[in-house]
Amino acid sequence: MKKLDSTVLARRANQIKEELRQKLRKPYKRVIDLYWGDPHAAGVKPLSFVRQVLAACLYPDLVNSNTLPVDVRQRAQKLLGECAGGSVGSYTATAGIPEIVHRISEFITKRDGGAPSDPKNIYISPGSQWALRNILKVLVNSQASPRTGVLTPGPCYPLTNFTIEGLGGVTVPYCLSEEQGWELQVEELHRALDSAKGVCNPVALYVINPGNPAGYVQSRKTMQEVIRFASEKRLFLLADEVYQECVHGEKSEFLSYKRVLSEMGPPLSDTVELASFHSASKGFMGECGLRGGYVELVNLDPDVMKCIYKLFSTDSCAPVLSQIALDLMTSPPQPGDPSYPLYSEEIQHIKTMMVHNVKRVFEVLNSLPGFSCQPVEGGAFAFPRLHLPPKAIQKAKEMEMETDLFYCMRLLEETGVLVQPGMENGPKEGTLHIRFCIMTPEDTMEEILSRLSSFHTQFMKDFS
Amino acid sequence: MNHGTALLWKRRALSSLSATRRGLPKEKMSENGVSPRAKVLTIDNMNPTVKKVEYAVRGPIVQRALELERELSEGMKKPFVEVIKANIGDAHAMGQQPITFFRQVLALCSYPELLNDSSFPEDAKSRARRILQSCGGNSMGSYSASQGIESVRQDVARYIERRDGGVPCDPDNIFLTTGASDGIVTMLKLLVCGEGETRTGVMISIPQYPLYSAALAELAAVQVNYYLNEEKCWSMDLSELQRSLDEARRHCNPRALCVINPGNPTGQVQSRQCIEDVIRFAAKERLFLMADEVYQDNVYAEGCQFHSFKKVLFDMGPEYSDIVELVSFHSTSKCYMGECGFRGGYMEIINLDEEVRAQLTKLVSVRLCPPVPGQALMDLVVNPPQIGEPSYDKFIKERTATLSVLAEKAKLTEQVLNTVNGISCNPVQGAMYSFPRISIPEKAIKEATDKGQQADMFYCMKLLEETGICLVPGSGFGQRDGTYHFRMTILPSTDKLKILLNKVKEFHQKFTEQYS
Repeated sequence: MKKLDSTVLARRANQIKEELRQKLRKPYKRVIDLYWGDPHAAGVKPLSFVRQVLAACLYPDLVNSNTLPVDVRQRAQKLLGECAGGSVGSYTATAGIPEIVHRISEFITKRDGGAPSDPKNIYISPGSQWALRNILKVLVNSQASPRTGVLTPGPCYPLTNFTIEGLGGVTVPYCLSEEQGWELQVEELHRALDSAKGVCNPVALYVINPGNPAGYVQSRKTMQEVIRFASEKRLFLLADEVYQECVHGEKSEFLSYKRVLSEMGPPLSDTVELASFHSASKGFMGECGLRGGYVELVNLDPDVMKCIYKLFSTDSCAPVLSQIALDLMTSPPQPGDPSYPLYSEEIQHIKTMMVHNVKRVFEVLNSLPGFSCQPVEGGAFAFPRLHLPPKAIQKAKEMEMETDLFYCMRLLEETGVLVQPGMENGPKEGTLHIRFCIMTPEDTMEEILSRLSSFHTQFMKDFS
Repeated sequence: MNHGTALLWKRRALSSLSATRRGLPKEKMSENGVSPRAKVLTIDNMNPTVKKVEYAVRGPIVQRALELERELSEGMKKPFVEVIKANIGDAHAMGQQPITFFRQVLALCSYPELLNDSSFPEDAKSRARRILQSCGGNSMGSYSASQGIESVRQDVARYIERRDGGVPCDPDNIFLTTGASDGIVTMLKLLVCGEGETRTGVMISIPQYPLYSAALAELAAVQVNYYLNEEKCWSMDLSELQRSLDEARRHCNPRALCVINPGNPTGQVQSRQCIEDVIRFAAKERLFLMADEVYQDNVYAEGCQFHSFKKVLFDMGPEYSDIVELVSFHSTSKCYMGECGFRGGYMEIINLDEEVRAQLTKLVSVRLCPPVPGQALMDLVVNPPQIGEPSYDKFIKERTATLSVLAEKAKLTEQVLNTVNGISCNPVQGAMYSFPRISIPEKAIKEATDKGQQADMFYCMKLLEETGICLVPGSGFGQRDGTYHFRMTILPSTDKLKILLNKVKEFHQKFTEQYS
């Protein structure tokens, strides 16, 4: 398994946090951790309605007291009625509490303009990556020769690549075009597939939309090309859509792969085998720590579905609180509900925050020599490119570090800002990037940009 | 993309679309003379090891039980008014109440505004504050470190030290997991390697909890069975361990020995002597020990006591404690908590090679982190209310009540089942299950075989259809050839349990007569 650089940076970040706790003098008072897409850690507040319902489900005395709003209590009561023994401590059906799974399928249908969704094709899991891993387990034969290949984007979410490799598979990168706003170009898919000839046996195509780390939102046209490619080349399509609530670009619109596939009509809509993933970790809820996600499987062979059921059943079931969180995500308060005003206010606050952050990140980074940043249309991260002077690259070499890691270590030491080196995401050779979470309160973002700007300006001067 | 191909797809798509619109039956691609498109992912090309995965606890009999429940709720007439699910170790589902203190703290952690609510006791509030402080952004919604929240691991270490009479525990050796199952599968993944004759073999008890066999099948490891001794209350037999190991060495490389104590499905609680013998055996034969101890508080029988493998190992002195590699598992799902739905657990690793430990750290990082509410719950389990704290009395009362009811039900189960001609039941010394042996007449075995079913599955399916009682056939757990068993939980309420046991008794008598 490849070495995870997060260990070096993370270790140093923890040391610095400890040093700060012991009141050692530093040019900053706290570490700002933007390594993961973790809004709560960055200071974004959880949604009140969600936490109130969870609290009432955890401690049902709250259902009968007046402490919480009435719709919260009603929702909790309904949910507890759907739990075995009326407790969130019971196991549930393997794929999730049937009523919740049913409501998720209704959410999907509504989201996708009426394209039907069958609850039997949905599995809730402890996080979307858990479900992805189970599907990959079915696809990847670790004993196969040649080895199983999965096409993944460059840049990509690193954990997916690790999972594929850990299962004995091979990742086949297809490069996204940074200059075209990280567009996925079908010619590149063809090139990647050709490169796999004689190396591995590609069985699946993994796409992330909206993107991670790069913040693109795919157009319908691109998605149709991807679907046609998957169909023509007989690839299983894996669509990681966990950032579907994070769309910031004014001209961008999230369309699910399921919807686009369905609207392309038969034979494609009846034949392309697709797994779509969603999560409670991102979007407005940002409940990473609850570990809740789901997969919807489309057009799979019924016998394969039986094996998938058995595989998920060995995991018992997803945590009940996570299942409830997904239910609240897909069936939020409606106008007229007592909790609706606060709920929509909190949602709007996050939306405003993201619009602000995305705009400021684009402005500030593109104003700095040595930085260039594509517009962040969606997702939770900025993935700007670094154009560093040769002296910096040389220095990194001397220290036996990758250049972007070197930059990130320096940034951490001097400003307390922790970001991820772009190399973790596997972009094109010879390019340097950093990735950092932009789901932070507005004033935190201003502080980040200010620290980053002064650091970067100085860095460029030091190595000119 | 080739423009010509794009047009071809479009034409096909349009033609079938218009056929549908015209209300004509959709003939898919046959109108073009092309046979229906073969699936990309099929039984034949999928990962072959996944096909071998079976998990009886949630298998076909449970699915039939759910169907029957649906039919009942739709008003269909059945020979029973309710389905009693005694197939899965889920205490809350069968009416056991959660520990109030735990749920109060978790509610406070979920919605910290409640810290201002005077109806919550002070000790619950201070626990909640402490947990929240250890979470990023003071929220349970943040990722934690992959190994688990550090302060929780420290609390787990202190619990283990107290439990084991002071044997030191290093928090760095504690990994929080998504239920114990997650830890077990992770360790097995680390252990399995090699090919052919050098392929890793893992020794598991027969009968076993089918997570082990499922994980080994999926990892394409060699499952090495060692039989527990039914005549001696399901105890472990050193000579049987040796036989099993020697036989396995002929075709694979046995590296690990899994023990479940207290046992599932058998309920046996290993004696201290037995645990020492197993440790000596593991040391001598260089086997990695995996001790599944999730039922450690569920000990009922007189004369039985839970001894942790770690404590016994260290009591045996450095000759063993310095070298035997051991991992112990615990969970929030069983004992007196019964909080299965939280997926909380931990494992403690002892004497693991440093490089392997580094690999383990990487492996768990791919999972990101275990569910934070489960970690918080584990923190409370290892750190319950203390004497003098406001919640102490209630906590002790609830815990004692839950455990003593379980003890009564364990006894009741053994007693009633042993009054049935053709059923013999070992004492349920611990855990949550009974695994009685049942005699099945030849005629029934034949009918089962004709149906392509295991005889005990045939028996359990009939039991389900006629009484609504859902148990799991012994074949799902493993048993000696020619013997049949079923596993039932002792979790239904005492009233329901009595009904269940009587119905099983009646059914068995009827079944025996019918097939005599």
